Amino acid sequence: MSVIAATGQPSYLEEGFSLWSWITTRDHKRIAILYMVAITAFFFIGGAAAAMIRLELVTPRGDLVTADTYNKLFTVHGVVMVWFFLIPSIPATLGNFLIPLMIGAREVAFPRLNILSWYIYVLGGIFVIYTLIAGGVDTGWTFYTPFSTLFSNTHVVLAVMGVFVVGFSSILTGLNFIVTVHRMRAPGMTWFRMPLFVWANYATSIIMVLATPVLAMTLVLLALERVLRVGIFDPALGGDPLLFQHLFWFYSHPAVYIMVLPAMGVVSEIITCFARKRIFGYKFMCYAILGIAGFGFLVWGHHMFVSGQSMYAGMVFSALSFMVAVPSAIKVFNWTATLYKGSIAFTAPMLYALGFVGLFTVGGMTGLYLAAIALDVHLTDTYFVIAHFHYIMVGGSVMAYLGGIHYWWPKVTGRMYNEAWGRVAALIIFAGFNLTFFPQYILGYLGMPRRYHEYPPEFQVLNILSSAGASILAVGYLLPLVYLGWSLFKGPHAPPNPWDARGLEWKTSSPPPKDNFVETPAVDPVPYSYSPEVKPA
Amino acid sequence: MSAAAREMGPGEWREQTSSLGMWVFLATEVMFFGAVFLAYLYLRTQYPDAVSEASRHTHEWMGTMNTAILLTSSFSMALAVRFSQIAKRQTVQRLLWVTAALGAAFLALKLTEYTMEWHEGLVPGLHFTIARNARVTQLFFFLYFLATGVHAVHLAIGVATVLWMSWRLRKPPFPDWRADEIDVLGLYWHFVDAIWIFLYPLFYLVSLQA
Repeated sequence: MSVIAATGQPSYLEEGFSLWSWITTRDHKRIAILYMVAITAFFFIGGAAAAMIRLELVTPRGDLVTADTYNKLFTVHGVVMVWFFLIPSIPATLGNFLIPLMIGAREVAFPRLNILSWYIYVLGGIFVIYTLIAGGVDTGWTFYTPFSTLFSNTHVVLAVMGVFVVGFSSILTGLNFIVTVHRMRAPGMTWFRMPLFVWANYATSIIMVLATPVLAMTLVLLALERVLRVGIFDPALGGDPLLFQHLFWFYSHPAVYIMVLPAMGVVSEIITCFARKRIFGYKFMCYAILGIAGFGFLVWGHHMFVSGQSMYAGMVFSALSFMVAVPSAIKVFNWTATLYKGSIAFTAPMLYALGFVGLFTVGGMTGLYLAAIALDVHLTDTYFVIAHFHYIMVGGSVMAYLGGIHYWWPKVTGRMYNEAWGRVAALIIFAGFNLTFFPQYILGYLGMPRRYHEYPPEFQVLNILSSAGASILAVGYLLPLVYLGWSLFKGPHAPPNPWDARGLEWKTSSPPPKDNFVETPAVDPVPYSYSPEVKPA
Repeated sequence: MSAAAREMGPGEWREQTSSLGMWVFLATEVMFFGAVFLAYLYLRTQYPDAVSEASRHTHEWMGTMNTAILLTSSFSMALAVRFSQIAKRQTVQRLLWVTAALGAAFLALKLTEYTMEWHEGLVPGLHFTIARNARVTQLFFFLYFLATGVHAVHLAIGVATVLWMSWRLRKPPFPDWRADEIDVLGLYWHFVDAIWIFLYPLFYLVSLQA
């Protein structure tokens, strides 16, 4: 283990205490904190909407909220969780904080663009909050035409503007990361010495810069069509609603990989550290990351199997969707092989990471069901789909996000969190998550459609199980707010490398000084040199 | 500083960093316009004859003139980039003026064209009076105004930035990194030009097809 630098410099947190010093900062670490505060607020807004949905679904009759309110609730839940929490979650917080540290850089390539991206995010957020106050929107997060352009009487244009604006914040973040990774690496930090977290965020950034602009223009077309009543998506005007679906999913399917690839990066860091073993198949992990990002652009049509697109297109999209399973399985097998004969410590981050692997596997396997056209016809728009993508996005991305927050908490804040509470929360979330979403697989398979506020009485038992699970999940999500908040003020001070981890971010003080390193750190010739046999003499 | 910076010195490192940033940004721009091109592709394959007929309502000669103007502006921008590399500050400054003036001329002509199209009732949703092939013509002009409008916004940003750069060059010195900035600005300018090179045949020349 190399020598830990006790920098003796003030940490980035001590570089100014005023609000002004925060909102005018160009420090990637402070911007990460700004993002963390903002997305946490949106996480709980989206979560509150989900809580209302699950409360309504306790009884078969629509007796808590009206059908219209219910439509608005699931729309808010989707819009907020997808664009204001999941997309920025890991990249904009942990990515912003860690990428320069992990590659031994003092800053990102474009610090001013970085803070601009946060302001753009906030502006988009204001649009969405205003939409909520003004009465909401009821199209679902997918904004499908012609409902969104011709029939909905809610604030579609406002909501669409919010999503349009926030897209530019992820474009700028992606642009910054790509250039940072290409240009800012420390001497000796070659591509195949980079941590997998950096690889994952690099691949994510490519998706962000290539897919998001398509969504932006699509939303412009949609808003203009709604306002001017002229449009390319309206069959009555000579357009085609399928064109909207193609454009929308051209972004929104790769967006799934924007949400899950960084999560895979986090999990790779945690598992190798707490198994005390070098990551198995490092290069294959890198190629798998790029493979998932590449395939991700070619499978959007599997959202449209019942839309009336050509059957041949459906077959090709189905085959390509199956192929995404290959790089994904490589990653799962490699994590498992990393654990094999490792000396495993079940710390809180590790519990989240192991939870991720299990839940991602279930979510991924059920994705194969949905990639099969014949089965998908039966399962389209049922709770099976809901369960599938929540296993990936909540069981996958949110678990990994929380795992990463715990793992790097000492580095970010300079304080240790309470390990026992961390483990308890991780287990509560794992249990609550499964109780919430596993019954939804069964409900969907039995034929319960999504997006209805009523259902036949025979589905009630499973729905009550699901809602009970949601209440456990809510407790699990609120707990970290309490003990992490407590640790900010009362937690013991963190040493520079509390986990005895590899990686350059651990070679500076906790929290790091403004310029990250006093001297540019030396890079290990082998990434993740945990196991003795590969550790250089 | 990165490893690359140590090897090549801060100037070259900075130039390559900002130029990579601009290339990535231009990639996002290609995808941004890509959605409109896809919509156009749909319209054109769905209604080939009606689209070509709708295109007759455009002012071909104005589009052609604008194409010539914009290509010339790219030429003067390319010269500005070249002269900045050999640090001819005053020449660069004048060439940037010429570039901005040509860009402004394009915008003026485009605005005139928009005004004429308004009076001819070609503006979808707001003032549209064409009866023949109304549906497709309206969709055609919807995409026309969207694509050329977004292009014009890009060009206006380009003109403003070139003017600002030219103003900053009014006095010496002319440090090395200034040439790098002009190089990156040139990338943007040529990209905006290239977009027009695609828009011009798609909207103006498609009527020439028999």
